[in-house]
Amino acid sequence: MDILPILSTLRRHKITAFLVIIEIALTCAIVCNAVFIISQRLDRMNMPSGVDEHRLLDIQLADIGATSDQKSRTLTDLAALRQIPGVSQVASVRQVPFGNSSSNSGIKLDTTQKSETLSATLYSGENIVPTFGVQLIAGRDLLPDEYLDFDQVVRAAAAKDAKSMPHVVLITQKMAERLWPGQQALGKQFYISDYPLTVVGVVKELIRPSIWDESAKSYSMILPMRMAHGEYVIRTATPQDRDRVLAAALAKLKEINPHRVVLKKRTMDDVRHEFFQDDRAMAGLLVGVCLALLVVTALGIVGLGSFWVAQRRRQIGVRRALGATRRNILNYFQTENFLLATIGIAVGMVLAYGINLALMVHYELPRLPAIYFPVGALSLWVIGQLAVLGPAMRAAAVPPVVATRSV
Amino acid sequence: MFGYYLDLAFRSLARNRVLTSLMVLAIAVGIGASMTTLTVTHLLSGDPLPGRSQHIYYPQVDAIPKNTDDKEPVDKLDYQSAVDMWRAHRADRQALVVESQLKLSDPASGTPPVMSMMLSTTADFFPMFDVPFQYGGGWSAQEDESRARVAVITDDLNQKLFAGANSVGRTLRLRNTDVRIVGVLKPWRPSPQFYTVAGGRFSNGDTADFYGKPQDVITPFFTGLEINDGSFWQFTCWSLPERMGHLQNAPCVWLSLWVQIDSPAKVADYRRFVADYAAQQKAMGRFTHAGNTRMRSLMEWLDFNGVVPADVRLQTWLSFAFLAICLFNTVGLLLAKFLRRSGEIGVRRALGASRAAVFAQCMVESGVIGLVGGLFGLLLTLLGLWLIRQQPVAYADLARLDVPMFLLTFLASLVVSLLAGVLPAYRACRVAPAWQLKTL
Repeated sequence: MDILPILSTLRRHKITAFLVIIEIALTCAIVCNAVFIISQRLDRMNMPSGVDEHRLLDIQLADIGATSDQKSRTLTDLAALRQIPGVSQVASVRQVPFGNSSSNSGIKLDTTQKSETLSATLYSGENIVPTFGVQLIAGRDLLPDEYLDFDQVVRAAAAKDAKSMPHVVLITQKMAERLWPGQQALGKQFYISDYPLTVVGVVKELIRPSIWDESAKSYSMILPMRMAHGEYVIRTATPQDRDRVLAAALAKLKEINPHRVVLKKRTMDDVRHEFFQDDRAMAGLLVGVCLALLVVTALGIVGLGSFWVAQRRRQIGVRRALGATRRNILNYFQTENFLLATIGIAVGMVLAYGINLALMVHYELPRLPAIYFPVGALSLWVIGQLAVLGPAMRAAAVPPVVATRSV
Repeated sequence: MFGYYLDLAFRSLARNRVLTSLMVLAIAVGIGASMTTLTVTHLLSGDPLPGRSQHIYYPQVDAIPKNTDDKEPVDKLDYQSAVDMWRAHRADRQALVVESQLKLSDPASGTPPVMSMMLSTTADFFPMFDVPFQYGGGWSAQEDESRARVAVITDDLNQKLFAGANSVGRTLRLRNTDVRIVGVLKPWRPSPQFYTVAGGRFSNGDTADFYGKPQDVITPFFTGLEINDGSFWQFTCWSLPERMGHLQNAPCVWLSLWVQIDSPAKVADYRRFVADYAAQQKAMGRFTHAGNTRMRSLMEWLDFNGVVPADVRLQTWLSFAFLAICLFNTVGLLLAKFLRRSGEIGVRRALGASRAAVFAQCMVESGVIGLVGGLFGLLLTLLGLWLIRQQPVAYADLARLDVPMFLLTFLASLVVSLLAGVLPAYRACRVAPAWQLKTL
């Protein structure tokens, strides 16, 4: 295909050609970045939690409050919940993964350190490891005689009584790698305030309840403390049991004490769904915007293509009369569109890179992976060709006899 | 002449329906998307206290021992500092603010209790923030000190419990304490809920929760601390508190202090007062550092916290880029449309129409497309806002079109279409009449 005549035609339609190029370039730049943001959000939404999500239920009761029999009430609740058919494990916990409300603590490797090494979240609750279904990859679970009551620990901390504080801890693999890169974490010590904790086990993964910093999302530790805050996690035997068990558990808790307000009753899947709702909404919105952009751009190409075909009817007729085949005419418009799209894509890639740099600065997005450039280019070429096909076919259908009229 | 151009415009638009609807659609979608996001940004970034915000300040001292003077002070105050500064009464008005969750019920009706949010504050809160009352009013400074068992409730709660009747004098049970209702607010929805904003810099742009509804019930500060003892949340602690949820004299920061200062000279005085207070505390050994006190005005504080969610800002940029693409698209299509009519334009020019007349005619046609596009754009904006109201975000109920944004929609679409029309109209009026007549 001869490109030179096309270029000389385009030179005479600078403005229109320029508009098509600009439109393609902007679309290319925005769609590349939008798709990238969508993929980031989807990755985030699929973030593994490390717990057996499809079998977990979370119930939170309000206002067990500062009553003295809180501990015995919790034991009664737990015993009752354990008896519901279909329940495999129960724990009274402090927080749940993706639960949004979290308790965190700075830790130090050495008490003389001025600033903390990292901040990790504190999971606790008797029987939490089998209930959550977290996978222990080294060491052992916390032992029953290592557990202390939470309010005792608070009192001990106030009295600076290091003896009555927890001494052992489980941490996640990511946290172990961050604290002691390349070393075995078991048996090592770190400090919360001035209290030493020895790592007795490492779990594969346990996501934090709230994530401010993606790089610290897996910094979790499990401390041997018995909780009586009215938040229960139930692990059911099978995912199908969940709805039935949840209803039975609520009925049972109500039977034990009808005056308690149920703050939360949800499956772990609900918790995840809620946690990522903003990301889901944003991804949905971006998908809509991308589609709309591509459609608008395609329609623009169709509109301008039709205009050019109408404008050049006579030229096409002359070419046909001089011996050009229908295929030649079709190819002419396709090549023209390909040239415009290529220039547009080239400009668009530079723009896409620029927008990505701006997003990296303002929205802490990572760098746009190189794969987006060829894929983006290919899809815009395809869209351009599809959009121009209609007008080009109409051009190819112009009969040579047009040339004989009105020249 | 304008009427004639309008008539010509409608005829010309009706002649090529596909091209016309493409242009109208492009403008409508672009306007719809950008006006939706602009409305949300406008609602979220506005001044929650227009006319007063410049007199409202948020003093900060830093009680955390491990912090240093080169760091920003922590976002909230410890009990001692907050109460000391409040008691000094050095500003024109001052209010301590803390929120907590508790069980609330109406003892008279015997309906099951619900978990509600309680705001505990001091008497100046209402006049300082110009909070509107439906019935009754706030409480007095004496009642703050005497820990009076009184409360002000929101219109929402009044509707729920008392079907909107004047409930002043009735009793409400907060946890285990009965309080007397002394005031009922008119519907009040500050955006954002500025008086509890803190910690925005740690939220990574995820700040939608700053736009929640006001707390259901408002009690005097010290009364609230007594009623709901054990249920207060710290912003952060530097070591474990003795009793969870009881934070008076605990090594924790958890309170906000807002002050109103009416003259610039007094602002400087108050800044000095805050700095002196910190220095004095350092001298007494309670603070480890005193150099990083701050006193931001309300709008500065909101800005510092980056209250407009990052996603909303991103959406606004995106929608304007989208509008730009729609604009280029429309320019191209208008160009095609006008130049296709070169013959007709040639005849008009030959019959004596000036270039200006042809230009004006083309611009009227663009304007008509813009207004029709704006009308559809308005429908799309309403649809967009409706979609946002369906989202599970705290500011969902705020997403409504107000009059300025309504007018702006039409103005924007008119400007966009006229902008799109300039170049094509200019090209059209440069058409050489003789050349066109020859080829007719």
